[in-house]
Amino acid sequence: MSGLSSPLQRVRGLGSAKEGAAHWWMQRLTAVALVPLSLWFVYNAVALTGADGAQAAAWLGKPIDATLMILLIAAGFHHGQLGLQVIIEDYIHTAWRKMALLIAVKFAAVLAAVGAIVLVLKIAVGG
Amino acid sequence: MGIPMTVSNRPLSPHLQIYRWPVSMMASMLHRASGMALAAGMLLLLWWIAALASGPAAFLTLQHFIGSFIGRLLLFGWTWSLFFHLLNGLRHLVWDTGIGYEVKSVQRFAWIVLAGSVALTLVVWTAGYAMLGAW
Repeated sequence: MSGLSSPLQRVRGLGSAKEGAAHWWMQRLTAVALVPLSLWFVYNAVALTGADGAQAAAWLGKPIDATLMILLIAAGFHHGQLGLQVIIEDYIHTAWRKMALLIAVKFAAVLAAVGAIVLVLKIAVGG
Repeated sequence: MGIPMTVSNRPLSPHLQIYRWPVSMMASMLHRASGMALAAGMLLLLWWIAALASGPAAFLTLQHFIGSFIGRLLLFGWTWSLFFHLLNGLRHLVWDTGIGYEVKSVQRFAWIVLAGSVALTLVVWTAGYAMLGAW
């Protein structure tokens, strides 16, 4: 059936990595999201310089800031593991080592992201 | 094999130590390096959130670390990595639209990104120190 698909369909579905443009697109999408999110984060990190734990937690516990922090965590870890994947694919050429590192990086990113989101929710809802 | 190894005196292609590094190459390498630094720095963000969730004692430990020389150095490096990666990332997004590939423009914006990232880092740290007395 592949003979019936257009060149565009084929390049979308099958690059050399067999996943077409999905990685490239998601890297750009998360990058665009991270521009305002990281500027928001830096602004607030500066504003919180010298604040104690209770004051910082009160800030993070507000719905708008908790929401933006969760988005920053999700986009940040997603973007980060996409970037690390490219670096691993560029420099690690032993098949099992590459596979092991890719799995480790992706598992670690999901673990850290989910853990961080749960902690933000704990501060925002349970605090 | 029957062919003896011979020492060739022919010139080699230039290696890293020989190159006068173009600024565009520098920016490309720093983009990857700062990206890796930011990935590691996400763990600091994770620690900060975990400390906030677990209470005053954990937060004091974190503040003590960040206030130390090593802590400030890491945070300074992380701040610069963030601004460099952000500005250079915008450069990449502009390239994605198909413009800005002239050598002159590539080099000019590499310098702008480098200078801008240093300037923004200094602005943020100046503001941070100014905030220290505010709470």
